[in-house]
Amino acid sequence: MGKTVAEKIFDAHFVDNPAGDISVLRLDAVFCHEITTPVAINDLVRRGKDRVFDPSKIKAVIDHVTPAKDSKTALQGKILRDWARRHDIPDFFDIGRNGVCHAIFPEKGFARPGYTIIMGDSHTCTHGAFGAFAAGVGTTDLEVGILSGVCAFKYPGTIKIEVSGEMPAGVYAKDLILAIIGEIGVNGATNRVIEFCGPVIENMSMEARMTIANMAVEAGATCGICYPDRTTVAYLWPYIRDEFSSEEAALETYQRYLPDSDAVYEDTITFDAARLSPMVTYGYKPENVKPVAEMAATPVDQVYIGSCTNGRIEDLRAAAEVLNGRRISDSVRGIVSPATPGVYRQALDEGIIKIFMDAGFCVTNPTCGACLGMSNGVLAEGEVCASTTNRNFSGRMGKGGMVHLVSPATAAATAIAGTITNSNLYHG
Amino acid sequence: MTDFSGKVLFLDRSDINTDEIIPARYLTEITKEALKPHLLEDLSLDGFDPDRDVKGKSVIITRSNFGCGSSREHAPWALEVNGIHLVIGESFARIFRQNMYNCGMMAVELENGAINRLFDEFSGKDASIETDLAKNRFKISADGKNAWFPFSISDFDRALIEAGGWVEYADTHY
Repeated sequence: MGKTVAEKIFDAHFVDNPAGDISVLRLDAVFCHEITTPVAINDLVRRGKDRVFDPSKIKAVIDHVTPAKDSKTALQGKILRDWARRHDIPDFFDIGRNGVCHAIFPEKGFARPGYTIIMGDSHTCTHGAFGAFAAGVGTTDLEVGILSGVCAFKYPGTIKIEVSGEMPAGVYAKDLILAIIGEIGVNGATNRVIEFCGPVIENMSMEARMTIANMAVEAGATCGICYPDRTTVAYLWPYIRDEFSSEEAALETYQRYLPDSDAVYEDTITFDAARLSPMVTYGYKPENVKPVAEMAATPVDQVYIGSCTNGRIEDLRAAAEVLNGRRISDSVRGIVSPATPGVYRQALDEGIIKIFMDAGFCVTNPTCGACLGMSNGVLAEGEVCASTTNRNFSGRMGKGGMVHLVSPATAAATAIAGTITNSNLYHG
Repeated sequence: MTDFSGKVLFLDRSDINTDEIIPARYLTEITKEALKPHLLEDLSLDGFDPDRDVKGKSVIITRSNFGCGSSREHAPWALEVNGIHLVIGESFARIFRQNMYNCGMMAVELENGAINRLFDEFSGKDASIETDLAKNRFKISADGKNAWFPFSISDFDRALIEAGGWVEYADTHY
């Protein structure tokens, strides 16, 4: 019987079967940030087990609240920083070099096809874009990952989502994944892996694939996997050139992690991208999705462009294309957070930061802050934000605030109009 | 081992996410105890008042996909410090469910019909649960009326509860 991508990765990393359908897997990478890791560190110290399984496989970043906003967040940063130093963790990204975890770790080449990756962060599924099995976990699983380099998972069932057709102009990866979640629901892939495939995914950049994989968890999925191909290898090439004689050789190795033609799926869903239009969420669940056209004229107080979903260079380019030469509405606070210093620098070089500033946006340092209402753009009670982030939960960006999830292009158009607006109005 | 019995809090809604169980603004806390007053503070549920309804409860009965969203283990911790060690629902988000067992607590799935019966017959009353872990069942009682419900728990989840959590288990085995 053929195997899915996740099944192949599970088999290649199998350590133990402690009971039933549970597999303990060897981990290739453990990612850490300052919100969920300090409690794990403190607990390891308390247990007299302050060890790390392999410093070179641990990657750590301060990203959720940076620069620290108060004594408590300063302490969280300090616990992570001191720990990284005392264990000689080489890849620790502190202020000045730090960015949103699911943007900076791929940018540094830490996510590879066939890898097993965990992090104490639900959007770890983002790294599935590289053909990795990457899963969000809680602090206890993270603690064991740090200590022993293993994690336990149920042997996963997989749903295949095949996207065909051609994406219409003004429709982006974000619109596609919102439409998919709208169709399968927030519980539609719980305890399962999604394989995203088909011509639309094949034609996507790594940035767009990360946007898709990032929101797999909003449908409940453990991981959202895209197949490794030439695009994957080209993105990783600066980091893997010493390991392979050529890009062809790398591709051949990585494609061991393609699914077998007779792989067994729990479900196969086909999706026609041609019928898509820009999408927006309403209500408090990411499955509450409708076309932007049906929400037009909804006033917003704030527009946020950034996050592990849509804070990469392509996202900023899409927004800047809409904003170029225009001013945002006086009634809107525009905030853009380039997701990494690398994205920020590139946006500077391309003149994108100037376009944002000329339009009236506030440009912040790379951070997760606003997305979960921790810093840098928290909403007041009753306020409305059009946001390129991933969750419209009640109170997500501030108690009593309303979040409408949109693509960067829709966010930019909305900032100009002051109401939720299709970017087609401002194109060309 | 943890006690899985006590008074019941009924939360009649699906898709209750971990932002609602413990909002992100409290993730700057590095002790579990500090989370205690904030459990379910942002829950969107008509008629629910966390200040009135959480106190004295040890078990939650809810609908499907409980604990979706953020991976924060602060959600089970916020339950734990409030004395709630058992959540019974139709289904759970993967990370939340694992976090519960990793902390030595239980997230028990019952089929839709059983959950409906629990809500229909016992919500709105002063209901209590007694869990018999050895026999994989619990008894719910209210107003002199009792009902037994069987449940299943995997060998691995049981081993985690008995080992006192995943850290000790893994450090011994791997």
